[in-house]
Amino acid sequence: MTDAPGSAEERLPEQETVAEFNSSHKSNFHRLLGFLQTTPSAIPLFVLVTAVIIFGILNGNRFFSPFALTLILQQVAIVGIVAVAQSLVILTAGIDLSVGAIAVISSVIMGKFTFDLGIPGELAVLCGLATGLFFGTANGLLVAFVKLPPFIVTLGMWQIVLAANFLYSGSVVIRSEEIAQVAPILQFFGRTITVGGAVFTYGVILLLFLVLLMSYILSQTAWGRHVYAVGDDPDAAELSGVKVKATLVSVYAIGGLICGFAGWALIGRLGSVSPQAGQLANIESITAVVIGGISLFGGRGSVAGTLFGALIVGVFTLGLRLLGADVQWTYLLIGALIIFAVTVDQTIRKVSL
Amino acid sequence: MKYLTTLATAALMTAGMSVAASAADTSVCLITKDATNPFFVKMKEGAQAKADELGVELRSFAGKYDGDHETQVSAIETCIAAGAGGILLVATDSKAITGQVKKARDAGLVVIALDTPLDPMDAADMTFATDNFLAGELIGKWAAKTVDDPANAKIGLININVTQPSVGVLRNQGFLTGFGIDIGDKSKWGDETDSRIVGQEIGNGNAEGGRKGMENLLAINPDINVVYTINEPTAAGAYEALKAFGKQDDAVIVSVDGGCPGVANVEAGVIGATAQQYPLDMAGKGVEAIVKAVETGEMPAATEGKDFFDTGVGLVTDKPVEGLEQLTVEEGKNLCWG
Repeated sequence: MTDAPGSAEERLPEQETVAEFNSSHKSNFHRLLGFLQTTPSAIPLFVLVTAVIIFGILNGNRFFSPFALTLILQQVAIVGIVAVAQSLVILTAGIDLSVGAIAVISSVIMGKFTFDLGIPGELAVLCGLATGLFFGTANGLLVAFVKLPPFIVTLGMWQIVLAANFLYSGSVVIRSEEIAQVAPILQFFGRTITVGGAVFTYGVILLLFLVLLMSYILSQTAWGRHVYAVGDDPDAAELSGVKVKATLVSVYAIGGLICGFAGWALIGRLGSVSPQAGQLANIESITAVVIGGISLFGGRGSVAGTLFGALIVGVFTLGLRLLGADVQWTYLLIGALIIFAVTVDQTIRKVSL
Repeated sequence: MKYLTTLATAALMTAGMSVAASAADTSVCLITKDATNPFFVKMKEGAQAKADELGVELRSFAGKYDGDHETQVSAIETCIAAGAGGILLVATDSKAITGQVKKARDAGLVVIALDTPLDPMDAADMTFATDNFLAGELIGKWAAKTVDDPANAKIGLININVTQPSVGVLRNQGFLTGFGIDIGDKSKWGDETDSRIVGQEIGNGNAEGGRKGMENLLAINPDINVVYTINEPTAAGAYEALKAFGKQDDAVIVSVDGGCPGVANVEAGVIGATAQQYPLDMAGKGVEAIVKAVETGEMPAATEGKDFFDTGVGLVTDKPVEGLEQLTVEEGKNLCWG
């Protein structure tokens, strides 16, 4: 079974067209596209490895050290975790603009409940995760049952959650030292494991764990296959007996929960609880997902690709900073990569196996 | 509800009667960059308190986020239409807003730039601000007297953002001057050639950016021992990065702002010294000046020797050095905001 069986009605005519124009190199061209279709993370992995090698050569040991390479992992951990949630949603041909806001409000709930309500840190963490789950489920219900476009639902939810976050927190930061004294559990994902010069935070380990777990679930369980089916063609999925609405709600709900975890990891990374953090996480996560080769039209791509996509952004950012380049060059190159990635996706879509 | 309204009306009337009659229908607009940054939240509180005291009406506006120029433009239009006596403006885009400011002044409103000078500065009637260059200079001098060997220091700087707004440039260049580094062109950062500067990073004024900026600086040179940060949330983020690599005792962080969490971080040893500014005062004095200008026609004057009204700055540290006027953490706490 491939990751992305194209829908029947668009497959037939396009296959004819391609066969007409490219009949002479059909086999090689198709073999490459077939490989890319079954292994959608191949291109981002290739770009990632190439980028690491090039920046390694240009920067020498400063870049090609366990310190710098694991630093990149730390820098992409939060966006990477949010991007896992984003991947699930985009695989169903949706989009979630509220991911970053949900992560931040979860972290604020964890902090405020601990300090204002005086409940134990462990319980506050559960409340924060429940908050993420709640907002994610609300998104899912609106998308699946009220049949609103995901872009609109999450655009609204983004504003609502962010405003609620500022109203509730009063923009007040909870300091790292206070958290360390009262509820160190909040900073759990900031703890580190050092192996030689390499530094791994628990947040990085959470990211890697989530990617492995979601890769397994998406490829090996019925629910995972349903997510792809719903994204590829909801009507066909419905006719094949997939509970489309339930699947959609569960995807947004799990996405919200993962954002809750991202909020927890965010406290670990910042040390403090900051209501102003994570405001660009929605755009950054979509960037990682797209560069990672997941199709914005749903049904094709893998979570491993998303991890590579996030790492590519991290490698470019640090690599260019070490070279002393203006930070705008990073944005320029990332922008070019986004367009490149979508071009590749469209090319694959036009040609089927 | 009715009771509350009656009470409020009564309070307004009492307040109105205690000052000159014209003040009762004077209103003052406050336009800030956003409504979430504690600095602006405090500014609004200071303006409101002074407005209540003088019996004038305060209308507050804010961009939806820092960088939201359009909302500030429409806020000025609203103030002109509402016939306000004057505007206190914390400009997001200190150049682009000047056209709108001119319209307001032509319509007879007094415009005072708060915190951020307009470009050109005389586009506003007066600027009420912290002397940001002096603020930077104070922490620069303190840092130079605190590190063991300033001639061989390794300095990392975490600035605000790529657009190099005037406040960020003044603090940065003030810091370098205070430390004893030749700053070249004082209208921008990044053109210095002193080898003690390891790198100039961008932190967007928040903890997240502070941490990432510090990580990047450590990747460039792990031996950094002096860190300048644009504000205290950035400093807190930078400290987390140092801590993650076990280097928190090897580097001294200096900052600007003097918010209460920042002063608490000075006490906790996260920040070595911070230059404290006084937003409540800034806004309160601004309201006073506008009311005075409307009532008497007398425009606010600049502080002697400067081209703006200096609202003061204090150096807060718990490791005082010789030859500088400094506030203790206790004193800083009494004066802190947010």
